[in-house]
Amino acid sequence: MRWWLPLEGSTFAGEVDGLFLAILIITGIAFVVVELGLVWFVIRYRARPDRKAYYTHGNTRAEVIWTAIPAVTMVALGLVSNHYWVQIKGRHSVPPDAYPIAIHAKQFEWQVTYPGPDGKLGTADDFTIRNQLHVPAGRPVEVHLSSEDVIHSFFVPVFRVKQDAVPGMDIRAWFVATVPGTYELGCAELCGLGHYRMRAQVFVHTPADYDAWLTQAAQEASQ
Amino acid sequence: MTSVAAAAHVAPAHHAERSFVRRYIFSTDHKIIGIQFLFTSLFFLLVGGLLAMQMRWQLGFPGKPMPGGGILPDTMAPGGVILPEYYIQLVTMHGTFMVFFAIMPLLVGVYANFLIPLKIGTHDMAFPRINMWSYWTFLAAGVVMLASLFVPDGAARAGWTMYVPLSARHDLSGASLGQELWSVSIILVGLSSILGSLNYITTVINNRAPGMTWFRLPLSVWALFITAILGLLALPVLSGAAIMLLFDQILGTHFFDPAAGGQALLWQHLFWFFGHPEVYILILPAMGMVSDIIANGSRKPIFGYHSMVFAIIAIAFLGWIVWGHHMFMSGMNPTLGSSFMVSTLVIAVPSAVKTFNWLGTMWRGNLRFTVPMLNAVAFVAMFVIGGLSGIYMAATPVDMFIHDTYFIVAHIHYVLFGGSLFALFAAITFWFPKMFGRMMSERWGKVHFWLTFVFYNLTFFPMHILGMAGHMRRIYDPTQYDFLKPYQPLNEFISVSAFLLFAAQAIFVVNFCWSLFKGQKAPQNPWQDNGLEWSLPSPAPHGNWATTPTVYRGPYEYSSPLVAEDYLPQYRKLPTDREPAAAPVAGH
Repeated sequence: MRWWLPLEGSTFAGEVDGLFLAILIITGIAFVVVELGLVWFVIRYRARPDRKAYYTHGNTRAEVIWTAIPAVTMVALGLVSNHYWVQIKGRHSVPPDAYPIAIHAKQFEWQVTYPGPDGKLGTADDFTIRNQLHVPAGRPVEVHLSSEDVIHSFFVPVFRVKQDAVPGMDIRAWFVATVPGTYELGCAELCGLGHYRMRAQVFVHTPADYDAWLTQAAQEASQ
Repeated sequence: MTSVAAAAHVAPAHHAERSFVRRYIFSTDHKIIGIQFLFTSLFFLLVGGLLAMQMRWQLGFPGKPMPGGGILPDTMAPGGVILPEYYIQLVTMHGTFMVFFAIMPLLVGVYANFLIPLKIGTHDMAFPRINMWSYWTFLAAGVVMLASLFVPDGAARAGWTMYVPLSARHDLSGASLGQELWSVSIILVGLSSILGSLNYITTVINNRAPGMTWFRLPLSVWALFITAILGLLALPVLSGAAIMLLFDQILGTHFFDPAAGGQALLWQHLFWFFGHPEVYILILPAMGMVSDIIANGSRKPIFGYHSMVFAIIAIAFLGWIVWGHHMFMSGMNPTLGSSFMVSTLVIAVPSAVKTFNWLGTMWRGNLRFTVPMLNAVAFVAMFVIGGLSGIYMAATPVDMFIHDTYFIVAHIHYVLFGGSLFALFAAITFWFPKMFGRMMSERWGKVHFWLTFVFYNLTFFPMHILGMAGHMRRIYDPTQYDFLKPYQPLNEFISVSAFLLFAAQAIFVVNFCWSLFKGQKAPQNPWQDNGLEWSLPSPAPHGNWATTPTVYRGPYEYSSPLVAEDYLPQYRKLPTDREPAAAPVAGH
């Protein structure tokens, strides 16, 4: 069991985790200041019979300070977050040479369609495998998400990637996997009684291994 | 207390003798209606808790027979082992009961009803009969929702957010009547809230006592007033969406069915356009009542009263332009995500202002740790955690990872349990004497508070860790995933803490029931508070005041140098006080 975020398995992971850490530091400071202040006041200003509280209705300077500091921090955080958001999910963020893979979600499985040896989807050499997502490491992959029935959500924790698959919509998500290995893909949106077992394996191959796997899988599929 | 004003007000208003049924059942008295809401929604709170316990059993001990689960039918838990289809009903109904039938009516149904007329100095609501209907519509909605648990193919099972197409298509969800009853019940809940909101808004605007200017209103009334405006504008959207959903379910329309040209995301936009203001409906009244209780417990004026009022208004306004932050991963245009992110982050500002002002109120106070004060301080401590954890999911790139994980579950429970429910424990104990004429036990209140505080944090704080691991929400069996298997001991720990948290609530139930009949008789003003309601005997009589009271000052004159005592009620006339101009509108 880890007490921190999972392995960083894509190029987004460093950015997402870095932002997470930045927010942890900001909120950590706010948390410590407020809670320590609260505890201090609770101890320091306990009722004593001989004392009357200090009569004041507030202080304008204090109000300005504690309005301005959160406001500036939040707007700055918004700008930084947006910078990454546009890189990750922006309409034009997908690299032009991204490798396309189509994922069709249905209760309760992932149908993964690979482009075959020609590298293009929608051609005769495409082939489909259930509940196995194979991707090459170090190369941008664009998944075309669609759904048969209800809303599902494509979620690979090690990639830090999540994107809903919505019936009637063609939604794209992309990522660059970095660490070869075997991981898990889960459904993150309640999709019915089998939601908990709508699971697939994710295989990240080195580019050479991926080509070998693709050739073999395409051959098996065409037989 | 010898003030002239108070002496004139203790005599109960003269009203014709009414039968038992008119007095306690089909009552139009705002206090009785508030008490009816209190008993009903505490019952639903218990139902919601029982559903949660079953979920926690399954998550902590997946596949093991649940103790006492043998009484459930085979369609839910054969041999006591919870089925996946029953688990998602538990998820759905726990959220539904807690949001619509427990927290919302406890805050608004109970305290808007009970407190608004008492705190603004009027005899009853502007529309007492509409008020009565608001309760009975709510009860009907609750009965329908409760009944849906017992229909043959089970209750609704698409999550309390009821995302379509799962909720609209019976062939995809596996439930039919249960889903339809959910829609019917939500339409009724919406109606009840709209009726109530109309009443609260009208009453606050028209029926304030002479001298009760807008900036002499207690923050609880401000919060309840702004909440009522949110309710009046948000609930029709929910009811409208629920009617469309019901039509899709039973009449064959296709508002939300993409296969027939409908739009799946339309539901999410409508639901969250209601749902985000709803989140503030669930916290603003808590903030308002906590403000009153903290000023009272600190024996100090609220710090920055005007900032507090403007912060409530700012939160309510911003609450309308943030709904898209529930939909960052939904396939909505990412550019919209950018603007929703900024508006969401900006909501942290008025929330921070409120927190610092509560701290400012306690600073150099003379703090009395009564049970209401303990719970109110815990509200601040826990709301801070819930508020800060919201920043993580507001930042869209981080949300890409933690959306729909236990991080969200932790966040919502820090706001709704750590926030709203602690505020309710404070409010229930604080106004119990004015409702029932007796005090709740301080000693058992403190035992309940500490046990709840400890087990609450042991239950919900570790969920942040689960969320950071990527643990998805609403999954029946986390051990299906290899990456979640190492976290099973943590899930078990959370479950055991949750059981103890639930068990500790028995102390509250017993204290509440015992105090109703055997509690120490309450004096008129047990907390030495400044509010108008404390000029009345405990319990407050039907019709409240014989003559409309007069207000001479704001609600937070604690430790004023003008008097020897450390409180100066709004109704107490000092020789230097002038009579205010006549009431904005004469009372009845």
